[in-house]
Amino acid sequence: MKRLLLVAAVAVLYVLHQDIWNWRTPYPLVFGFMPIGLFYHACFATAASLLMWLLVTFAWPGHLEREVEGDVKEEGRPL
Amino acid sequence: MIPAIVVFIYLAVVVYIGVFAFRRAKGKEEAEDFFLASRSLGPFVFLLSLFGTNMTAFAILGSSGHAFSNGIVTFGLMATSSALVIPLTIFLIGTRVWALGKKYGFMTPVQMFRDRWECGHIGTVISVVQAALLLPYIIIGVMGGGTTLNVISGGLVPFWFGGAVVAMVVMSYVFFGGMRGTAWVNTFQTVLFLVFGAIAVIVIGSAMGGFKSAVTALQQSPAFAPLLTRERISPYYFFSYTFIPLSAIAFPHIAIFCLTARKMAQFKKTVIFYPLCIMAIWLPCVFLGVLANRVTDSPEIRAKVEARRVLATQGKGMQPEQRDELREQAAGDDVILIMLKKYAPLWLAGILGAGIMAAVMASDSQILALSTMFAEDIFTFYGGKRRFGERVQVQTGRIFVILLTLTAYVIALNAPETIFELAIQYAFSGFAALSPLLVAALFWRGSTKWGALAVTLWTALCVIAVAVFQATVPAPAPGPASVCLAIGGVEVITRTPGGTAVFGFMPVVPMVIGSALLMIFVSLATRKPAEATIRRYFARA
Repeated sequence: MKRLLLVAAVAVLYVLHQDIWNWRTPYPLVFGFMPIGLFYHACFATAASLLMWLLVTFAWPGHLEREVEGDVKEEGRPL
Repeated sequence: MIPAIVVFIYLAVVVYIGVFAFRRAKGKEEAEDFFLASRSLGPFVFLLSLFGTNMTAFAILGSSGHAFSNGIVTFGLMATSSALVIPLTIFLIGTRVWALGKKYGFMTPVQMFRDRWECGHIGTVISVVQAALLLPYIIIGVMGGGTTLNVISGGLVPFWFGGAVVAMVVMSYVFFGGMRGTAWVNTFQTVLFLVFGAIAVIVIGSAMGGFKSAVTALQQSPAFAPLLTRERISPYYFFSYTFIPLSAIAFPHIAIFCLTARKMAQFKKTVIFYPLCIMAIWLPCVFLGVLANRVTDSPEIRAKVEARRVLATQGKGMQPEQRDELREQAAGDDVILIMLKKYAPLWLAGILGAGIMAAVMASDSQILALSTMFAEDIFTFYGGKRRFGERVQVQTGRIFVILLTLTAYVIALNAPETIFELAIQYAFSGFAALSPLLVAALFWRGSTKWGALAVTLWTALCVIAVAVFQATVPAPAPGPASVCLAIGGVEVITRTPGGTAVFGFMPVVPMVIGSALLMIFVSLATRKPAEATIRRYFARA
């Protein structure tokens, strides 16, 4: 379930990248100078960072590291 | 001249970092140490260096130039698509490449492909195609260095000398420092650019009379107001661009860099902070690029705006060569440098010039990657290491660095820059089309070496086809694209002012989809590797 939610979050963010509703207008100008299209994508980059945090926290492939560590301990050094 | 002196001091520091890294290696002549820094990079160097490796001249000069001509769309088009896709690919693919590299001792992606698909010469074909797509970057790096030093010194440093200095500096720290030197230099360069880039935005913004007044002036001009929206780019093109960042993980220098982390945990901070780093660099570059249109008291910028206007209003009646000439005049790749010269104090212009040099010199990672690929995929695979030993292998890698840099320098002096700029355009699509190789190798038990060969040949064929098409069909004037192939009233292939479109999308879309389909169908029709090999990669499945 957790994995499914994370996949859905990635898909939703990918769709949100195509913000056609901001296409032809610079308004409102955020802080008085930043066109909405630019501000939206600055927020998008922040949301992408947040999504990466969620992925790292809830879907980190820790088994890969454990497998490697196991091999290193058994073999003395990597194969 | 002061900015040029600051840049030369910076270059000296960079060489020193390379030599320091060499001393740190304490005379080790092991391939893993020279090519991968003994897989020992910590989280800070790993994040900033990986990011710095991706920050080429294109990110700094190209992004502001693109924004100068097309407006704020550049940020969503190139930056935020990368902010989502690149960290995602590092999370999904980079971590797995790291684990397999650590487990089986791989130093290049092709070594992994050879092992995973039980192939030999097919690996060589993949390596050669990767090298051919990577080479233009190194040439353009030398060219960019020569041009930047020439502009910053006000013409006092000639192009040939600037190019030679940059080539020598990059060659020195890659030769001595290997991956450790390259990673440290990249970290230093990224910090420099992040810190002084922020200062530059504030200085230039206040010198222009504040952002509010600059944006208001743009809004009030019918010619410039569209730059504050995205109406100059079609939504299809915008969507297509989200396929381009797939190239990042398929670039050999990025995949090889993933092997340098000490622990897999190093990827965590990189994945989380990558989107924020992209925003920190691209947002100011794009915003300043758009605002440059308002710098009406600069004759150079006025000439660019005028060339753009003539191209838009009279372009249709012109010869293709005339249009190309106007396009070159209207290009905004140097607007950031012009604004720096105009608004920033000399010392800051110098430091930022050094920062821009840093971006231009990002070819260091590509030189090292090609050297690693030669030493591992060719020299070692065809028996060189077995016959001559590891020490000779490392020395061969070092000699390759010298030969490659010298070749790039000679070509840079004798060939027109536009050829290589175009080659880089194709290279992004080419590496994106190669990304199914990594996905299939890591996630699909059923993939085969023949599927991999089909993907590689398809990619090479597409890159050549697009290059030939764009060389033979001239770009139309701004406005509607010229239709080259239509079936039943549907436009299949069109030549656009900026390139080529297939069903309205950039060529990268059909290239990636074609690659994925070829991998699936050819693999289904051919024999899989031995079960024992597959089990080593999919132990948990």
